[in-house]
Amino acid sequence: MRIAVVATCLGDAMFPQAPIATVQLLERLGHEVVFPADQTCCGQMHVNTGYLDTALPVVRHHVEVFAGALDDGVDAIVAPSGSCVGCVRHQHAMVARRAGDEGLAQAAEHGAARTYELSELLVDVLGLTDVGAYYPHRVTYHPTCHSLRMLRVGDKPLQLLRHVRGLQLVELPEAEVCCGFGGTFAVKNAETSTAMLADKMANVLSSRAEVCTAGDSSCLMHIGGGLSRLRSGVRTVHLAEILASTDEGDASVDAVVGGGAGSRSTQRTGEAAGAAHGHGVAR
Amino acid sequence: MTTVQLGMPTVASDPHGHLRGTESFPKAAHKALADTQLRRNLGHATRTIRAKRAAVVGEVDDWEELRRAGESIKADTMARLPELLVQLEEQVTARGGHVHWARDAEEANRIVVDLVRGTGADEVVKVKSMATQETGLNEALEAAGVAAFETDLAELIVQLSHDRPSHFLVPAIHRNRAEIREIFLREMPGVDPALTDEPRRLAMAARAHLRRKFLTAKVGISGVNFAVAETGTLSVVESEGNGRMCLTLPDTLITVMGVEKVVPTWSDLEVFLQLLPRSSTGERMNPYTSTWTGVTPGDGPQTFHLVLLDNGRSNVLASPDGRQALHCIRCSACLNVCPVYERTGGHAYGSIYPGPIGAVLSPQLTGISGPDDVNASLPYASSLCGACFDACPVRIDIPHLLVQQRAEAVAAHTRPTAQDLTMQAMAIAMTTPARFKFAEKALGLGRVLAGRKGRITGLPWPMSGWTNARDLPAPPQETFRQWWSRTHGDTQRSGAGPSTGEDA
Repeated sequence: MRIAVVATCLGDAMFPQAPIATVQLLERLGHEVVFPADQTCCGQMHVNTGYLDTALPVVRHHVEVFAGALDDGVDAIVAPSGSCVGCVRHQHAMVARRAGDEGLAQAAEHGAARTYELSELLVDVLGLTDVGAYYPHRVTYHPTCHSLRMLRVGDKPLQLLRHVRGLQLVELPEAEVCCGFGGTFAVKNAETSTAMLADKMANVLSSRAEVCTAGDSSCLMHIGGGLSRLRSGVRTVHLAEILASTDEGDASVDAVVGGGAGSRSTQRTGEAAGAAHGHGVAR
Repeated sequence: MTTVQLGMPTVASDPHGHLRGTESFPKAAHKALADTQLRRNLGHATRTIRAKRAAVVGEVDDWEELRRAGESIKADTMARLPELLVQLEEQVTARGGHVHWARDAEEANRIVVDLVRGTGADEVVKVKSMATQETGLNEALEAAGVAAFETDLAELIVQLSHDRPSHFLVPAIHRNRAEIREIFLREMPGVDPALTDEPRRLAMAARAHLRRKFLTAKVGISGVNFAVAETGTLSVVESEGNGRMCLTLPDTLITVMGVEKVVPTWSDLEVFLQLLPRSSTGERMNPYTSTWTGVTPGDGPQTFHLVLLDNGRSNVLASPDGRQALHCIRCSACLNVCPVYERTGGHAYGSIYPGPIGAVLSPQLTGISGPDDVNASLPYASSLCGACFDACPVRIDIPHLLVQQRAEAVAAHTRPTAQDLTMQAMAIAMTTPARFKFAEKALGLGRVLAGRKGRITGLPWPMSGWTNARDLPAPPQETFRQWWSRTHGDTQRSGAGPSTGEDA
């Protein structure tokens, strides 16, 4: 299958681990991955902050870039982000129609029908629950609100995690309660956001997990940013990184580049990480 | 029959400040978040009621069909609201009732005050009513020399403590038993000084207090949960029976209802009487459902007045999406699942309509006058987690309405704000790939801020809102597109096949 990847603006600039792991995973599974290089952002931040008119050119750009990829023979579009896919699927056409651009709305719906969040692509489109991953850690899963309620991914991420060898999946108490990120909410209502985060962190810590995973880098940035401030020793790792990890390479540790909200025991330089990929992907 | 011009005026008058707060949500929330007792009370109450609701909703096999039925009945009702209200008026009048139309809060209060004065009464008993909370009727009555006694237990607690309700269903949700005992001892005339905080003892004290009022009051004032247009029947749904006392004992009954409370037929009522109790109290059925139609000689109130209140609802009805907010049956399910409400409580929303539905209803009822209007902050009092939509028994798409109201708040900017300029600049960068790549170069600055610790722990305003409590990771050495270019070359594609992840 030929699959176009949406790196997402946050994934491209701040958390490349997630889109890189998505590419590595899909290539390992035998698919051809396409990166439409003109892509920038889906416009979610503009839409959700109420800048629906300002969002229009951003939405149009996204729709046109991926319409081009579909014209080019791409079978599916994937993003390692439930919230970005939620925006594409539920808000792009709304923004276009509000501006009276029915043509754009229909093009947006055409693209949205072929755009999947990672767990949807793996389970629904590719028919996989065992992606051959190996990740020997104690992991808890936070179902991000937009994956859970905008996309209704249900237990697909859990199905995938349950098939990861070596992984011990532990339940997160009150898992379905929002972590308090909410995009600009985290800054506009920082105190309320922080109060919600405090309860989420308490639940993560009570699960005694080593790693908290989710399908959205943004929520993980929030949870991980709090856990880092606590010096908790619990890492946040994107679901794609766990699924891309094999017994020859832990994508969440080896893949790339500094940063990462959680405390990292191993950090390699970009060069060394690049060299590591070659081993990580071959199975 | 009077002629009615729905839509004049379109925005609610708010003489007592019950629909519009005095400070923005973040400022009001700051106080609530600092009140640890409040947070414990709210957390306990909402968790308990959430679990009860989930259990009884889970028992109903056709819950989703019921929700869809509720949604479509409401959509149909809003589409022909004027016609249904006229039908309701005809039916109430035919059965001996009197109907009054009120454009806004001031007009509604004037009508009620004149009616009470006409009876010569100087005190009234009240059934819990959001509509009269909205208009500030109690203050208007007090100004006219009439004492209004709330008879719903929680409303009584709120009234005795000179407080404001913070929840539709449990107006005193922010109080615990110990606090309620203190309020009773301080404010309730003739209360037993040995009163304990045992729920039964508290209820008995309130009962003794209220019974005196029920037996002496000549006028009862109620709200309404549903009004059936086809027969002119009004209905109140409650738990305590105090409402039924007010509805049946006084000589005169005055009911104030928001115009959106009408339903076309009795069979529509059946749908809502299934949806409401399970969604609100987590009960299969509420203990008391009262219905009354006009007057019946020799039985119950002999004079009945119905006041139909617009107060901004025409403004909400005029918005094709926004009118969904009028579908609300005030069950409070969205409050009980909202993580923002759970931590900040009802008072942080300023309006008597708190929580997610209040955050979209209040700004629509009274408008957003500019960037500094407190109403402009309400639609942002949400992380858009969507739990409210899942809980709503009539499927109001509250997250969508929040975004719509945020757009209204942005449109109300009279001059470009710093946020406007940032959003415009980012939109330009995000529609031009070359500029986007250039903007990513600024990430080097982030790495400088992070320094050797690899974490950013302090940023200037407004991003200090983030770093006051959370670290930011250092930006990566290599962006995704740089990695792609390095590992896949400048082609946009990887080669097909399994082991071609590296430099293509």
